[in-house]
Amino acid sequence: MFAAFDFEVIIKHIPFLWQGMQLTLLLTALALCGGILGGTVLALCRLSRFAPLSFAAGSYVNFFRSMPLILVIFWFYFLVPLLVGRPVGDFYSVLIAFALFEAAYYCEIIRAGISSVRRGQVYAGQALGLTYGQNMRYIVLPQAFRNMIPVLLTQAIILFQDTSLVYVVGLKDFLVSGDIVANRDNRLFEMYTTIALVYFVLCLIGSRAVRRLQRKYAL
Amino acid sequence: MIEIRNVSKWYGDFQVLKNCTTRVDKGEVVVICGPSGSGKSTLIKCVNGLEPFQEGVVTVNGTSVGDRGTNLPKLRSHIGMVFQNFELFPHISVTDNIKLGQVKVLGRSADEAQERAMRLLERVGLVDQADKYPAQLSGGQQQRVAIARALAMDPIAMLFDEPTSALDPEMINEVLDVMVELAQEGMTMMVVTHEMGFARKVADRVVFMDEGRIEEDAPKEDFFGSPRGERAQLFLSKILHH
Repeated sequence: MFAAFDFEVIIKHIPFLWQGMQLTLLLTALALCGGILGGTVLALCRLSRFAPLSFAAGSYVNFFRSMPLILVIFWFYFLVPLLVGRPVGDFYSVLIAFALFEAAYYCEIIRAGISSVRRGQVYAGQALGLTYGQNMRYIVLPQAFRNMIPVLLTQAIILFQDTSLVYVVGLKDFLVSGDIVANRDNRLFEMYTTIALVYFVLCLIGSRAVRRLQRKYAL
Repeated sequence: MIEIRNVSKWYGDFQVLKNCTTRVDKGEVVVICGPSGSGKSTLIKCVNGLEPFQEGVVTVNGTSVGDRGTNLPKLRSHIGMVFQNFELFPHISVTDNIKLGQVKVLGRSADEAQERAMRLLERVGLVDQADKYPAQLSGGQQQRVAIARALAMDPIAMLFDEPTSALDPEMINEVLDVMVELAQEGMTMMVVTHEMGFARKVADRVVFMDEGRIEEDAPKEDFFGSPRGERAQLFLSKILHH
């Protein structure tokens, strides 16, 4: 069987696959930024002493964590254009779905990170005269993010894998690109193996990076 | 300067402060002592509003700390505070620890803050540690940086919350020396500590707390000299014997 492994089909389609990979990476990066940004805001709301705010943020998190990701993708792909009355574009609808979905998970990670910063550090910032916002920005969040680096990046790796779910709306990411070639040239074995290997290697590099960063930034 | 009148505080049903009243005048050094759990640390944190209290009034320089309308960050920026566990910011350098409040709260330029930081580090004898991170310093050094950080804000009063309790014995004096010097320069100080040597040397008054109550509040000479309440005697005999 391996004798019949056709490397040529892979090499020939590297540019096409690379285009797919670019979309995968772009989607991962943007969804990651959106998720962390949204997650930070949500986490601050959830930790707020103003009850309606923390309730609203809590409900958001519980809602999205109870939804299958694929359903959220569908929902934004098919229903948001109906709601706003015009097409949003495949990429943007998927990006919004991922960012909103990831924000719910990042919220919980960041909330734990903020809680991991010692109370005394908050006191020390307050005692200097920092306002709540300054204390968060200069004292609490920098330490919280350092403590969270391993979990944040692990979640990023999961996100990177999950972007392949855009398959369901036909957006041409790395997996879909490989799938197209596999079916058109009838090279299922070669293409799926290659795709799997690429995902494996990238995720392996990612988790190694996590460990190095963890050692570097551990407080 | 600092006035605490009939302050009570509860954690749920548990009353940590019971009708506490005392004061610290300008230039005065007041030492607060008492067994652990007596409410000393809670009381000192009420002075700059780090701990809220339910009853009573605390005023600093005429401003009421408990008032809803009080700008607490602004009030706190005038009061230096030093903590038991130093609480230097671990993610920034020693110099940046001293610069942060100056730049972000007082609005000083980076150069001005830098210059002030270096002068204060010189004063606490740590210029050579300026670029290090807090974790690279010993406990005594960290606490001296923490004092420098508080002084950088040009405070009108300093609060010390058990500044030497987390230190190894050989490092206690380097911190106390800085504090004694401050006291002798006329800084208004409120100090929660068990260091009775420090109290004898520079305190004007000693306050003894037990179970959330201020049991004694006397000039140093009276506190260490004349007969006192049973609890204070027992406490003193325990900590002075070693």
